[in-house]
Amino acid sequence: MLFDIRRILGGLFAVYGVILVVAGLLDGAEEIAKAEGVRINLWTGVGMLVIAAIFLLWERLRPKDVPDPSDETSGDA
Amino acid sequence: MLALAPQDLRLDVNALDYLILALYFAVVVGIGFAARRAIRSSSDFFLAGRALPAWITGLAFVSANLGAIEILGMAANGAQYGLMTVHYYWIGAIPAMVFLGIVMMPFYYRSKVHSVPEFLRRRFNPATQLFNAIAFAVAQVLIAGINLYALALVMEALLGWPLWLSVIVSAAIVLAYITLGGLSSAIYNEVMQFFVIIAGLVPVVVLGLIRVGGFEGLGQKVRESVLGEGALHTWSNTATADNPLGANWVGIVFGLGFVLSFGYWTTNFAEVQRGLSARNTNAARLTPIVAAYPKLLIPVVTVIPGLIALVLFSNLGKDGGPAYNYAIPLLMNEFLPNGVLGVAVTGLLASFMAGMAANISGFNTVFTYDIWKGHVNGDKPDEFYVRLGRIATIGGVVAGIGTAFIAAGFSNIMNYLQALFAFFNAPLFATFIIGLFWKRMTPWAGFWGIIAGTLAAFAVYIPYRAEILDLGTDLNASFVAAGAAFLVDAIVSVVITLVTTPKPEEELRGLVYGLTDVDLKDDSLAGDKAWYRSPVVLGSGALVLAAAFYLPFL
Repeated sequence: MLFDIRRILGGLFAVYGVILVVAGLLDGAEEIAKAEGVRINLWTGVGMLVIAAIFLLWERLRPKDVPDPSDETSGDA
Repeated sequence: MLALAPQDLRLDVNALDYLILALYFAVVVGIGFAARRAIRSSSDFFLAGRALPAWITGLAFVSANLGAIEILGMAANGAQYGLMTVHYYWIGAIPAMVFLGIVMMPFYYRSKVHSVPEFLRRRFNPATQLFNAIAFAVAQVLIAGINLYALALVMEALLGWPLWLSVIVSAAIVLAYITLGGLSSAIYNEVMQFFVIIAGLVPVVVLGLIRVGGFEGLGQKVRESVLGEGALHTWSNTATADNPLGANWVGIVFGLGFVLSFGYWTTNFAEVQRGLSARNTNAARLTPIVAAYPKLLIPVVTVIPGLIALVLFSNLGKDGGPAYNYAIPLLMNEFLPNGVLGVAVTGLLASFMAGMAANISGFNTVFTYDIWKGHVNGDKPDEFYVRLGRIATIGGVVAGIGTAFIAAGFSNIMNYLQALFAFFNAPLFATFIIGLFWKRMTPWAGFWGIIAGTLAAFAVYIPYRAEILDLGTDLNASFVAAGAAFLVDAIVSVVITLVTTPKPEEELRGLVYGLTDVDLKDDSLAGDKAWYRSPVVLGSGALVLAAAFYLPFL
């Protein structure tokens, strides 16, 4: 395996999280009223940052979740 | 099918939403390029190198089934039938997924096959493989076409994109990442898509629930709706067909929960392939079981929004109103400001593409291994088959575009998909289960059982469609067709077995229960013995949860 999906997921959600948090902070009365009075961009952004942090931390703490499958080469049946 | 939507479905997307959409697809194509560099053999291209851990293959397993058709269709069913829609998840998926993981996956994985048809060749004969491979390949291209057509209709309604533009752009993106990266690309994208679609749907559900006054308010309003009290129950009034789903408990338990569900989840290669790409037997077995846990909860983001849409939009599903399939897009339009709206649109588009990519990656493998290598030319070097797989991908996508319009003319997407499953998967499960547990079952019994079962399904379903045979609802008709396919397959398999010669036991080692292959070494990794990696423990947990989830909604 060449790359770790956790880093890509963490990265994508970090970028999305930042975009949404900024959008949420800039949301005006109209956007907030549309979303039932909830700053939904802000909260979704925060949620995505938390998910991003979990994936990036997981990757850092257990970098080799994927073992070398050297004894399990499937061959070409 | 999705009726052409009225103008008011148009979402108010802006540059921010398109930025989020563009970022996603840049990453998707990027994954394709990165995965391409890791491909050195056909095993890398078609089986993702057999190196993935269970959480990745498990999420890909659930995601391969979480196409947008499924999401929009289940929300539509939620609005149309109420809580009985959860039967598609809790009895119609979980038991079969757990069974696949605990009982069947070791046979698939340890026999080192590339595909379900290849397993059929090893257990039975090349004729069985070829029939199943062609049926599967045709079905995958058809379903890919339905996906593409539905995607284009939704994008036209929501974003105002012309039909041809959506079809070309999305087909091109799927084509790019599957041709480049093969199954690894498909699986990685499925995992990403899973998180993005959930991130897009959760805000819809939360805001919708706030509007209707929480779960209590929702229940109250559903009771007052056209569906009434029946929409809040799952099993009451199932002694007869006098309930929103129009099916009795026999249909639900045996038709949906057993024949349709086991046929789909345990033999549909587009799903099983995710398990085959796992790093060892234990991870392969855990694949559908890990998938069962999110599957248990998906009704929260499909059925609940369906019910919310039902109580909020009084003309939903009525003449002149928006079709049931637009339940979720209507809610997105109602509640989501720019930003989160972009995430939801991205999730929807991504799940259309992931659904199509699952079909195409299943198709290219079966075409390459089971049709070409198995029956046209099998002595080429390994690189030849990687190249052929890429060409098959292109062919599959082009054929998908071509057949996109076959999808038109069917009133409800789910019923159409189910009709296909009934024809091809229901008999297959009978053949598998007999073949796995009865070593005497002969090669030709495998072949004729599947043929007869498929024909039996046609014999029930076509007269129903032609209105010669009255089976009540479409749903009930697919239960009956699947049941007929299963029974006829089983009977024919037994009868043919008794008059033909079985395979010698030596050839069946590792393919039949009780005949273990002594040459296979244990491939377990350190930590596989832990309870939280035990397929039996986790599988039982999923079953218990599925049963417990029913309790508040009997």
